[in-house]
Amino acid sequence: MANNYLKSESKQLATWYFTFAAIIFGAQLVFGLVAAIQFVMPSFLYQILDFSIARILHINALVVWMVFAMFGSVYWLLPDETEIETVGIKVGKLLFWVFAAAIVVVVLVFLFIQVGPADQTTIWFITEGREYIEAPRWADIGIVIVALGFVANLFLTGIKGKQTGIVTVLMADMIAFAGLYLAGMFFTDNISVDQYWWWWVIHLWVEATWEVFVGAIAAYGLIKMLGAHRQVVEMWLWIEVSMLFGSGILGMGHHYFWIGTPEYWWEIGALFSALEPLPLVAMFVHVLYDWGKTQGAQEAHGEKVSVIKNKPAFTWFVLNAFGNFLGAGVWGFFHTLPQINLYTHGTQFTAAHGHLAFFGAYATILIGMFYLAVQGKNGIKVMKSTKLSIWSTSMITGGVMGMTVALTIAGYVQVIVERAQMGATWSGYFDSQSGVWFTQAMDWRLLMGVITFLGFILLATDLLRTGKSAIHER
Amino acid sequence: MANKSVWSDNRFWQRTAAWVTGFASILLIWLTFDTSAQISMGNDADLKNGVTKRVPGPTVINYKISYEISTKRGHEVPYIGGNDGKGGSLFKEKEKFFGRDDYSEKEAGDLLHLGKLGSQAKNCMDCHTLMGNGAYYAPDLTKAWLDPAWGPEGSMQAVTGKSTKEEAMAEFLQHPELYPTHARMMPNLGITAQEAKGLVAFLKHLSSIDTNGFPRNFGKIQGALNGK
Repeated sequence: MANNYLKSESKQLATWYFTFAAIIFGAQLVFGLVAAIQFVMPSFLYQILDFSIARILHINALVVWMVFAMFGSVYWLLPDETEIETVGIKVGKLLFWVFAAAIVVVVLVFLFIQVGPADQTTIWFITEGREYIEAPRWADIGIVIVALGFVANLFLTGIKGKQTGIVTVLMADMIAFAGLYLAGMFFTDNISVDQYWWWWVIHLWVEATWEVFVGAIAAYGLIKMLGAHRQVVEMWLWIEVSMLFGSGILGMGHHYFWIGTPEYWWEIGALFSALEPLPLVAMFVHVLYDWGKTQGAQEAHGEKVSVIKNKPAFTWFVLNAFGNFLGAGVWGFFHTLPQINLYTHGTQFTAAHGHLAFFGAYATILIGMFYLAVQGKNGIKVMKSTKLSIWSTSMITGGVMGMTVALTIAGYVQVIVERAQMGATWSGYFDSQSGVWFTQAMDWRLLMGVITFLGFILLATDLLRTGKSAIHER
Repeated sequence: MANKSVWSDNRFWQRTAAWVTGFASILLIWLTFDTSAQISMGNDADLKNGVTKRVPGPTVINYKISYEISTKRGHEVPYIGGNDGKGGSLFKEKEKFFGRDDYSEKEAGDLLHLGKLGSQAKNCMDCHTLMGNGAYYAPDLTKAWLDPAWGPEGSMQAVTGKSTKEEAMAEFLQHPELYPTHARMMPNLGITAQEAKGLVAFLKHLSSIDTNGFPRNFGKIQGALNGK
């Protein structure tokens, strides 16, 4: 191998996962740009790569790169936490290739076959046509096998090695994460039943198990990058798990307002989802608290240098703490009450929330993990920010924030014109879409999307180059 | 020194996490049983006996469906076969669907099955929303069956050269590229005549589902299609 610094096979496997994740991240942005262009110029790639296909690739690439980066993060931290080599790493490596190959086939089918006849062969081999989990059934089964293999690696290692609080949380969380996917693997004629269970995958992933995963990764990162006190960090982690699952599991009710399900979900969904921002505030406070505490403790010893062992990664972790609260917490709370959601549900408002929440809650911390891996792979003691890392961080964050504001404005136009005024008909919909404030918002979204994409190019360049840079302490 | 406080004890918080998660999960599972019973699909006997289901049986396509304010519930609800004036459906008034109003449970079920499969096979939800879920590039289809644009007062029947709502919708679905309603046009997805019929049945059935008043004020102000 080219690098001499990674002794652990688990960490080597992690770098494979991170590399593939970064490539898919790029693909996500490319197809997002295609879809954004189509909002401005509807004839762009019409009947070649229609909006529906660009959007499938945009959101599925999002899910896939995050899952890859999450698996990578676990393989990365396992040897550090358990103090042993990951059990069954050979199988883990094989499953990586199976997973990556399956993703490539699914993407090629989405790109070139796109749709099929209305029968089960389409569901099995082309598309399941269910948002975020369009992957055909054969791939579903493959994903379950790969996920179970990953969970087995994690469990066997956790049981054999030192079982820290972080590892315990991850074990419980990842088995729920893998198990929940099964709820999205059946066909029914009843669309209300369909959507009821579809949310078990989408919501319980994104608003419960993924958030807990982020809590665990943040805990690991704080110990690694700051030397934060494990007992304090893990206590926070358990409090976060209580708050996240306590609000997030029944917070699912906010998806059950309008899909044919009974009215009592209004109250349950409103109450518990209104509580969902609280753990995100706690996580934000927690990161800043640990930073201040360890820095203060060091300065009390008369040492004036920063406690941060990896500046770019830590920047992304802090952005995560803030972005999670702002994107998932604030932007989610905006429209979580049924009285508001009646008008905002299914508008660009949701898209605004989706962009900032996925970025703030997940993209940020996973990019932070990429930087931790670059540091480890290159044997760097203290990793500094480079010009490129600062520019890329600013452009990506600014770009996503800009897209979010633009989509929020577009959402307002839709809520008022289409929903409140026109009553959600076909012509009401297009009246709102033709309004000048809506079209301007879409222009701004595209511009901000381009800035995000350019920021990504800088990020990728920095990730490839910074390991060799002379500015770091080795 | 005082005893260590329980609030700074990791084991206390670990147990709290386990109990809270367990309790929330059990509550969710219990509610799932209740909700599953309430959203199970009805059948032809329910419709004939005047039993209101949140998700009616497929033979609902034999009936006239409307979406009106229920004074009892304070929002719009779907009425099947007429409004009994007391906040419930009459289940009397029929409506021809492709020339028939006597589809058997099997025939209507097959059409709905084909339509639901079609809605997934053509990735409808990656441009449209259904019950508000999906993508935001094209109109919401929850109550598309009741959209004035497709009715006798709307323009789509004339545009497609058809004399009924269902035929106009089916024609549009097969050749959307011929009937643009906006610069954003639906692509041709290779939908066959039979698939289109299934999709329209799926949309008619969808409009009969009780969505707790979503969308609000549907069609209250009837904008002129293409009137921009």
